[in-house]
Amino acid sequence: MKLDTGRRRALQALAAGACLVIVRPATAESEELAPVLRELFGDRRIEQGKVTLDLPRLAESGNVVPVTVSVDSPMTPQDYVKRIHLFAGENPQPRIFDVELGPHNGVAKLSSRVRISTSQRVMAVAVLNDDTLWSAEVDVEVTVTGCGT
Amino acid sequence: MSRMGRARVRVPETASRGEVIEIRTMVEHPMDSGFLHNNMGQPIPRHIVETFTCTYNGSEIFRARLHPAVSTNPYFLFHTVATETGELVFTWKDDQGGVATASARIEVS
Repeated sequence: MKLDTGRRRALQALAAGACLVIVRPATAESEELAPVLRELFGDRRIEQGKVTLDLPRLAESGNVVPVTVSVDSPMTPQDYVKRIHLFAGENPQPRIFDVELGPHNGVAKLSSRVRISTSQRVMAVAVLNDDTLWSAEVDVEVTVTGCGT
Repeated sequence: MSRMGRARVRVPETASRGEVIEIRTMVEHPMDSGFLHNNMGQPIPRHIVETFTCTYNGSEIFRARLHPAVSTNPYFLFHTVATETGELVFTWKDDQGGVATASARIEVS
């Protein structure tokens, strides 16, 4: 009996571990991206939310991938987005662009066209005026590599 | 100053005071990432636009730092609140001293 509960506990622990492993990629950073995020943001916590990242899930060419980043923010002098960063951890250089905004922009929303070297998770991070960090991630599949990156 | 391609911007000609307007910008530029080789196998040196800024009657309203993963002919769409009649000035600077500028006038009533 004692053995049995021990085995059950071991199994539960294993199952929990398995769940962790499965869930982890949703917030995990690529090995290449982690040092870049640390350099920019230190040990500050990056929350998920507030940010919407629009990218085609399937990009025919990785050379020109349209991207729109928007942040749920009133953009008032008291509460606004001051920076938006876009990252692709598997690109030769993970940083794509860094944009500075302020209350004068009215909305925290911008679009551009970027290179995605290979199928991967793309991440947008918004820095608010209170220095909290918010993010969104999207998996992009690239059929023709954006080898120009 | 090295040559830089044509810049194109689209700004509404008129707006109501307080209205959030959409601004579209593009500059012709190869954005050579420095990671590619030509057909002779020689590396193509890095040549990218590094900064893009927009001022509205002299005040900066948008600034972007570009890395090699921004596509050829960098395009940015962003917004601003129309506050007063005046001029928007757009400036692109690349890593070889190239500069491109564009401007647009907006009537705010």
